Amino acid sequence: MSTFALDNPVWNRLRDPRTAGIAGIVLGVVACFVALPPITARSPLYPVLVGIAAAILGLSAALRGLRRLGWGAFAAGLIGIVLGVLATRSSEGNLSIVFTASLIASMFVFSTPLVFGSMAGIFSERSGVVNIGLEGMMLMGAFWGVYGADKGKSWAVGILVAMLAGGLLALVHAYFAIHLRADQIVGGTAVNFLALGITGYFFFQLYNGQDIPIGVSTIPDVHLPYIRHWKYIGPAIGSLNLLVWVSFALVIVTWFVLFKTPIGLRIRACGEHPRAADTVGINVYAIRYGCVVLSGMLAALGGAYLSIGFGGGAYTDNMTAGRGFIALAAMIFGNWRPFGAFGAALLFGFSTALAYRLPAYSGSAATLFQALPYVLTLIAVAGVVGRTVPPAADGKPYKKQ
Amino acid sequence: MRRGGKDGVSDRPDPDAVPETPEEASATGTLAARFALRQRSGGLIVPVLTALVAFLLGGLIVLATGHNPLLAYRDIFNGAGLNWIFHPTTSMVSTASYNLSQTLLQTTTLILTGLAVAFAFRCGMFNIGGQGQYFVGLYVANWVGVSLPHLATFPHIVLGIGAAILAGAVWAGIAGSLKAYVGAHEVITTIMLNWIAIWIGTYFFGDGGPLQNSQNATVPISNDVAASAKLPVFWGIQALQGLDVGFFIALAALVVFWALLNRTTLGYEVRAVGFNPEAAAYGGISVKKNLIRAMAISGAFAGLAGGLDMLGYLYHFATSDIPVSNIGFLGIAVALLGRNTAVGTGIAALLFGALLFGTTHGLSSNVIQPELAGNLTYMIQGLVVLFVGADVLILYVWNTRRRLRVRGVTA
Repeated sequence: MSTFALDNPVWNRLRDPRTAGIAGIVLGVVACFVALPPITARSPLYPVLVGIAAAILGLSAALRGLRRLGWGAFAAGLIGIVLGVLATRSSEGNLSIVFTASLIASMFVFSTPLVFGSMAGIFSERSGVVNIGLEGMMLMGAFWGVYGADKGKSWAVGILVAMLAGGLLALVHAYFAIHLRADQIVGGTAVNFLALGITGYFFFQLYNGQDIPIGVSTIPDVHLPYIRHWKYIGPAIGSLNLLVWVSFALVIVTWFVLFKTPIGLRIRACGEHPRAADTVGINVYAIRYGCVVLSGMLAALGGAYLSIGFGGGAYTDNMTAGRGFIALAAMIFGNWRPFGAFGAALLFGFSTALAYRLPAYSGSAATLFQALPYVLTLIAVAGVVGRTVPPAADGKPYKKQ
Repeated sequence: MRRGGKDGVSDRPDPDAVPETPEEASATGTLAARFALRQRSGGLIVPVLTALVAFLLGGLIVLATGHNPLLAYRDIFNGAGLNWIFHPTTSMVSTASYNLSQTLLQTTTLILTGLAVAFAFRCGMFNIGGQGQYFVGLYVANWVGVSLPHLATFPHIVLGIGAAILAGAVWAGIAGSLKAYVGAHEVITTIMLNWIAIWIGTYFFGDGGPLQNSQNATVPISNDVAASAKLPVFWGIQALQGLDVGFFIALAALVVFWALLNRTTLGYEVRAVGFNPEAAAYGGISVKKNLIRAMAISGAFAGLAGGLDMLGYLYHFATSDIPVSNIGFLGIAVALLGRNTAVGTGIAALLFGALLFGTTHGLSSNVIQPELAGNLTYMIQGLVVLFVGADVLILYVWNTRRRLRVRGVTA
């Protein structure tokens, strides 16, 4: 319909509604960020202009059929304008307190347990076992990790003990889900209660509920030579915890294993159509057991990060405080895909990191920011922006014939 | 013994006719159908056995950590005030009397959060969001209780409780609508709604929040509800957290639950959708409408629990109370152990209410500290839920019973 009958590839791409929609979303984010350090535009004109551009792109995509993406970009533009204008109104001092390179570092800090948890969830659910028990497995890792590090005098022992504890709890879940064909959601809920009881009981029995000795061996930080002195990048990634880097690697490994290896194909087959998998000689039970136990070990690793990683060797009752559920949300938000879940975990980690800094402006806004991951996930499962599709046989017990 | 006998127009298949292949039913059946199978399969045996095994395993952990489990359970029994039956009195001088009143206070809440889970189960849904629905009921009751100080007592209470019920129903209704219209799994949506409710509460009662107290802006706690909104106390003293009439409302809710499910068209439709949505739709029942309706009613029970707690004995709420509360989650164990029936839920609520109070505030013991015993409650709760959900264990009991029955007939 356009009168520009130019036949050049860039323009063709721009006319594609999909590109327009995505560009709109990106511009919406930019609209908010031009007002923040390091750019810090002080005039409300810039975010408004960029935001309007985003909204127009979104609108054009929406009118050409891509309704979800288009309206998403439209909304991103409007939100970008509001946030951007708000940012230009606030003092430059406050802005530089909140938006520093260390915000990126704390984003990684908060997202790491979520990354471990969501990868754990992906393995379990891709094999067809719903794992609501992530929270409990994480909690087991947090407590037994600190116990192992204390008694074994080494964080490595702590990690091993944590993974063992998480794996054992996962084994209980697996046995009930696979062999006893219990409802997996009921079983997962039970596992969460069990973990809460076990960790609480032994925390009091072994440490009197508070006295974890100071100076427990903790997982070291990785100080990157040279890079840590770079501007912006240095404070952001220069000295992250070892487990943060492990979590990055885990995402790639998870993706590779699930989508590029025969074993991954088998895992996904068990999650999509166990009967067919069984017919071609795949041992569905063995795959599911393996995946659920692995899931427990990975979740426990995320828990251990909380206590002997960035927690510095401290433990408190119910330390995970719902992070297992955010990890679950990240997995769903990421559509049961490793990179999607990683992106969601980063987003949720970022919102938490931001929430910890926002009290510079307003305490209540910071609190509401904490709810953001849950609201976003609710919107995602509602299918407003794209649709989440779990593995076909997720949560269905399988009985061999 | 036919459990279905009192059901009047029973839409359940005849107990002996269908599950000749219970394995198939358990592998393919809907949630409600599977639970119905469980209900028929073991009589009272399964829940009693489940509870016994859970207590036994909990006792083993107590034993392994160097405490005497029998003495520990005795002290928990006394801590819950259950020894009151040996020398009943309403005098609050008696510790047993006081403890029992507190146990019943917990039972009140547990009955309702249990019913919330049970009602959704009967429609084939797992409402894991009782905690969030309980919270919104509690917030709204606090708001109504605090903000209308000039109202007369009766309308104030009715308004507060009504608002709490409505809030819970709306909160759960969101999950129900999402399930009905876009097929979003209710477990995921209710978990998310739980956490949203938690953070909303932290905002409401936190510094600068709309429900924070008017005296001291540094303390994140709400105002007390007005005297006109407080429920009358009939056992004990109001200032000492006596037992309020909410207990009778909860008992009435049990009757309402039973009547609603078994004596109304609504209940019939809800159960039909629970057993088999396709068949229900074929029979002219709107599946969407019933999913939303069942979820809203389920949330109404949990919202009522929050309202009764606020107007009955809490009166105010602090942000620090939010992460500690998990009475909504306990409702899951109550409903599952009570097998989603009114009577069962009532009994299970008493059991868990006794455990809850008897292992924490009521416990005075030199055998086991309240900190340990309180966590023992979580373990027992977890084990109960774990065992109650296991089809194969249930089928084992079912088959054993059948075999025994057949042998009894031929002998």
